[in-house]
Amino acid sequence: MSGPLTEAQPVEVEVPEGGQDVRPDRPWLVIVWNDPINLMSYVTYVFQKLFGYSREKATKLMLDVHHKGRAVVTSGPRERAELDVFRLHEHGLWATMEQSS
Amino acid sequence: MIGHRRFSRDRHGRIRPGLQGPERDLLRMLPRQALELVDHDEPTARRLFPVAYPDDAGAQAEYHEMMGGQLLEHHRQALDTLAATVDAATVELDDLQVWLGAVEVLRLVLGTQLDVSEDMAAVPAADPRADQFTVYQYLSMLQDEIVDALAAALPGPGGGGPGPEPSG
Repeated sequence: MSGPLTEAQPVEVEVPEGGQDVRPDRPWLVIVWNDPINLMSYVTYVFQKLFGYSREKATKLMLDVHHKGRAVVTSGPRERAELDVFRLHEHGLWATMEQSS
Repeated sequence: MIGHRRFSRDRHGRIRPGLQGPERDLLRMLPRQALELVDHDEPTARRLFPVAYPDDAGAQAEYHEMMGGQLLEHHRQALDTLAATVDAATVELDDLQVWLGAVEVLRLVLGTQLDVSEDMAAVPAADPRADQFTVYQYLSMLQDEIVDALAAALPGPGGGGPGPEPSG
């Protein structure tokens, strides 16, 4: 995945006879919001440090936050997303989580 | 001060903070003030505890219940460590990480008190917030310099770090 997740990827699923929906749980998206205090250099650094992103990817996400007001920085199961949100909160970033639709 | 690097590394990889006396005084005093705001749950300190679930009050209450204390302790330790180590002749990279967190907390609190906007470059000298804004700008510059020093130590191109931080 080279860019930010802006929406959930479609998942192809087999619907067994009987029609029961066996789609896996929709992933949780971790969102960082723009705020007037955090420095661009700091936000980029936090993305690199917490998620191991390259400087390029971290910078792109930071610019998305800056220009679009928000960016999805990680996604996954709820527990994982909540841990990422907590680590972002430890670093002072304004992060929320929501289940992808 | 232009061109003055505050966080150069010696040949053992340690940081030698080049802080002047008044800077160190400030960085001892500000953490104490911030801790008082946090301990009294002042509105300006609430920015330190963002909402994880804006659309689900139940999940948010659970998150706060589970993580709020840990977050408070994280911020408190960072502020304590900065105040306690600001006079050290050398610090390790890990200490500088903690300084970065403390400076972040100070900027969040001050920025909230000042109600800063993104393009706020100055306040008039007659403004009662002028001194506070000068401190805020100093902290911004300081944070930028700490980020520079730490980013140079990240693994990957341009960095000389030992390896990625485990992300779990």
